[in-house]
Amino acid sequence: MYSEKVMDHFTNPRNMGELENPSGVGTVGNAKCGDIMRIYLDIDENHVIQDCKFKTFGCGAAVATSSMATELVKGKTIEEALTVTNKAVMEALDGLPPVKVHCSLLAEEAIHAALWDYAKKNNIVIEGLKEPKQDISEEEHEEKLEEEEY
Amino acid sequence: MDKFNKFIYLDNAATTKTAPEVVNAMIPFFSENYGNASSIYRLGTESKRAIMQSREIIAKSLNGDPAEIYFTAGGTESDNWALVAAAELSEAKGGHIITSKIEHHGVLHTCEYLEKRGYDVTYVDVDEKGIINLADLKKAIRKDTILISVMFANNEIGTIQPIKEIGELAKENGILFHTDAVQAYGHLAIDVKELNIDLLSASGHKLNGPKGIGFLYIRKGVKIRSFIHGGAQERSRRAGTENVPGIVGLGVAAKLAFSQLEQRAAKVQKLRDYLIEQIEKEIPYCQLNGDREKRLPNNVNFSFRFIEGESLLIMLDMKGICASSGSACTSGSLEPSHVLLAIGLPHEIAHGSLRLTLSEDNTMEEIDETVVAVKEAVGKLRQMSPLYEDFIKN
Repeated sequence: MYSEKVMDHFTNPRNMGELENPSGVGTVGNAKCGDIMRIYLDIDENHVIQDCKFKTFGCGAAVATSSMATELVKGKTIEEALTVTNKAVMEALDGLPPVKVHCSLLAEEAIHAALWDYAKKNNIVIEGLKEPKQDISEEEHEEKLEEEEY
Repeated sequence: MDKFNKFIYLDNAATTKTAPEVVNAMIPFFSENYGNASSIYRLGTESKRAIMQSREIIAKSLNGDPAEIYFTAGGTESDNWALVAAAELSEAKGGHIITSKIEHHGVLHTCEYLEKRGYDVTYVDVDEKGIINLADLKKAIRKDTILISVMFANNEIGTIQPIKEIGELAKENGILFHTDAVQAYGHLAIDVKELNIDLLSASGHKLNGPKGIGFLYIRKGVKIRSFIHGGAQERSRRAGTENVPGIVGLGVAAKLAFSQLEQRAAKVQKLRDYLIEQIEKEIPYCQLNGDREKRLPNNVNFSFRFIEGESLLIMLDMKGICASSGSACTSGSLEPSHVLLAIGLPHEIAHGSLRLTLSEDNTMEEIDETVVAVKEAVGKLRQMSPLYEDFIKN
């Protein structure tokens, strides 16, 4: 049911772990739905993401989307990182089964949450970044699911 | 199929391997004795004779009468038939059904269908071991209660229900008693008379029989209507040309299962207890779901904290281990198993469940290999888990 890329990122997750003194940390999802993602960012003075790590509680797709999201934002500027959408994560993974689309949304949201934390700590405003929702509600999963399916 | 050559099959509650004796007995009914059992010529009567033989084996296995056994396409059809037809009997009396919160969806979704048609259904709670609360069941009985449907043993956590007590309660109150015995039939001794069972569902492929065949036991005198309309097969109560190879296979499977019920159960239970013991010894922060004693001899169900079940299943699959989980991700919805929630597990613990269901073909070596694989996978997933990180830091 998963693509080879998803399986690859699940079995050999990239950037799994923690950062000691991260510039920003974001945790999204909830245990009720069975997915929690935490993203650590190390951002330099030029607003470039030097390092990125993740920890995830969740299914194979949740682990794979976290892993892919960290790969996609690593080395990017904040502005570039903001353009990494759930669709980009999905495409990079050669797609996800419809019921797993919410995992990619969670990955996008986790990056945003970590950037939001960084902005707050440094008292800056990142243009285009909205306060992330801690928890992507079930309705939203379904809404996005429908979009994908039709 | 090369990559499946070596695997450890621990999902016998999902389905079982069809026994070679079963396959061999079925083959002639595809290739030579393919006659329709309703036909008058000898080729047809051969099929009819084979059906009768299976019916007798099954009746005997339950202490019932051959005329009380009706072949169906499986457990789900039997559940649907029993519930819908019993409910329709009630029209004069009203329409209240009592069931439990941990039934199989074959029962639960049929109850929901009946609710939409105006019937009242009470879903009785179970305790933290998954055993139905008899006091609650008693309290739920009303004047218009027509049917009690409680499963013999649970498919996820293996809990065996107090069927005798429920049967007595139903009898005292003049209520029909149905039990979904899909997981129990062929694994536990069942005497429909002693247990006061009016209706019982069973399925062939859970006892090394073929898929697509099952039966409904209907006690004599319980006048529930036909479910599939058409020809006069199964005493005009279940139309459609009989699945003769399936019926033959089910008969042989039942014969095999009941001829060595106790030996098999003892052997499997030994493996089960060893597996439980080893997991508890080797893996921290786990809990056994279900009752330790009142448990199917082949069922093991654990929750591992801080991890999610689907990830665990994929990792085990890569080691050639076939298992199952009650996590949301394996159900295709966002909700984890209704059974695990009904025994009071918080969502995150329910998501981290693993079901291993054994057969007599499993070996101690396979159990050892499985414990090593589960330990490694759980460890790896915990290293990835933010929940574990928070737990360790605090």
